[in-house]
Amino acid sequence: MTRAVVGYDQGDTPAPSVDMTTTLGWFAMPSPVLTASGCAASGRELDQFFDVSTLGAMVTKSIMLEPRSGRATPRMAETPSGMLNSIGLQGPGIHDFIEHDLAWLRQRGVRTIVSIAGSTTQEYEELAKILRPHDGVDAIEVNISCPNVADRGQVFACRADTASGVIASVRRSIDPSVPVLAKLSPDVTDIATIAVACHRAGADGLTLINTTLGMVIDVDTMRPALAGVTGGLSGPAIRPIAVRCVWQVRQALPDMPILGVGGIRTGRDALEFILAGAHAVSVGTVVFHDPSAPKRIHAELASELAARGFSSLSDAISHAHRPPDAESLEALEDDEINPPEWV
Amino acid sequence: MPLQVRGEVVSVRRTGQYFVLTVTAPGVPELTRPGHFSALAIGDLDSSSLILRRAFSIYGVQSRGIYGGTLDVVVADSGPGTHWLTQRRRGDSLDIIAPLGRPFSLPREPVSCVLVGGGYGAAPLFMLAEQLRSRGCRVDMLLGASTEEKLFGVLEGKRIASTVTITTEDGSLGDTGRVTDLLPSVMDKANAEVVYGCGPMGMLAAIAGFAGQRGAHSQCAVEEAMACGIGVCMTCVLPVIGDDAVTRMVRSCVEGPVFRGERVRWDDVGSIPADALGAPVPPGERS
Repeated sequence: MTRAVVGYDQGDTPAPSVDMTTTLGWFAMPSPVLTASGCAASGRELDQFFDVSTLGAMVTKSIMLEPRSGRATPRMAETPSGMLNSIGLQGPGIHDFIEHDLAWLRQRGVRTIVSIAGSTTQEYEELAKILRPHDGVDAIEVNISCPNVADRGQVFACRADTASGVIASVRRSIDPSVPVLAKLSPDVTDIATIAVACHRAGADGLTLINTTLGMVIDVDTMRPALAGVTGGLSGPAIRPIAVRCVWQVRQALPDMPILGVGGIRTGRDALEFILAGAHAVSVGTVVFHDPSAPKRIHAELASELAARGFSSLSDAISHAHRPPDAESLEALEDDEINPPEWV
Repeated sequence: MPLQVRGEVVSVRRTGQYFVLTVTAPGVPELTRPGHFSALAIGDLDSSSLILRRAFSIYGVQSRGIYGGTLDVVVADSGPGTHWLTQRRRGDSLDIIAPLGRPFSLPREPVSCVLVGGGYGAAPLFMLAEQLRSRGCRVDMLLGASTEEKLFGVLEGKRIASTVTITTEDGSLGDTGRVTDLLPSVMDKANAEVVYGCGPMGMLAAIAGFAGQRGAHSQCAVEEAMACGIGVCMTCVLPVIGDDAVTRMVRSCVEGPVFRGERVRWDDVGSIPADALGAPVPPGERS
């Protein structure tokens, strides 16, 4: 099938010979570039622009138990190098998702990470149980940036106990062969504390980060710009926050698989996350600007790695954590340098 | 299926308060039908701080000529993104996705049609008028705006349509008032069976209402704020009644921008009707 990108380098020219394979836990992928939950629906729309089966994986829009209308409009406000959104997890519910979206992804041969969201720990557990018998789920991403009905609407991700409670129940309920990723919010005092709690609760990897809470006031109407008043800030504006979170969690958990997310729009941006300690990256808001961005970013990242002398992506993971004198050590005893020991 | 193309600006011409941007878009004209829209990226990927595309209904396309395929859109300078577009010069590069959305449905029979445009919302109506005329339909047009400078396509309308009725709210051209004040009489005179509209929600709601009262069809192209234009962001939703009589919050970029007037719950646009699929349950009613 020919796809609809005209007048661009199609990215089909042989990429520099860098081994781009990576893993999230035991889930192996030929590319470290994934979509981000909520920025790519379930893949069909983007498949018009590039072959989504070439992605590291599709991370689907967070799905809840029941159909959900989402919030009133306006749901979006553009901000400097970013945007605020307040969609409110609109979606068809898990059963419709399995019947239509998951079936399509499986039939198209797309590696798939299913993002789930709930308003109680029991809802997350039930979602995991419903998904358990179905093929085509390569990993589960648990969106814990949702209001917890049992905790006055505080999001699960903002407390170590509520976050780890959800992760433990999902880990118990899903097929043991399916890795569970916890998607953390940056809106916490110490993200490493939450990360460690999720790790102890059985998370096989972490997605860092979700949007950060923001607000815009329309100075013409002199009211909040979003119907939902506050919204999640995404886009290049939050990239330094995301890189910082990946760095801090990598220092706290040297071996934890990390999926880096937040404001990536080029291969250079993706490289920052890899160097900070991410095994793979999700690209989100940039897709609104450039629907073929995941394919482009894969090619750009390969070039950036090659330009720095890396023959494989995995050699670059956490490379920014090496000690100041690592270059001279490398020349002497290259084999003994192992990234996790530096941190 | 939409194309993502790297186009080159052919011209930017001023007309009233608007700018008509013509840009090369190989392959797009052949796919475009009246009511389709395009989404234009603002600035360069590496340096622009405006990361969301701007959506514009397609005003015209030319599939042949010295530039190959070209696309015309009408831009109002209404913010930093659209201002950047109006400042483009011949030869500048633009990233375009088009054609997008569901276009206007055309009648099979040569029936009488009224086309209503509010401001530069009129842009897609001229391509539509040409196609309706070529099917033998009678076309009457109503163009309105707050003031003369904000009208779009008056001369072109006069060339294509049997009659053109102009309204301005300040009376600077045509009748004083709104297009919807005169729509019933234009429809009755033309014995219209279909009304096409593009413009603000209030205008579209009135069009759908008048058409419904007269047993006519209405085809309304909405102007909702969009972030992506391709169906992934869920920003541009409005409450629409489906074939199964269930109201859903649907994306105007992929299920619209053109809707049958009677299917949109105009009074509820901007909110979630309590009976919409998956609407929030008030805390007291939670089971």
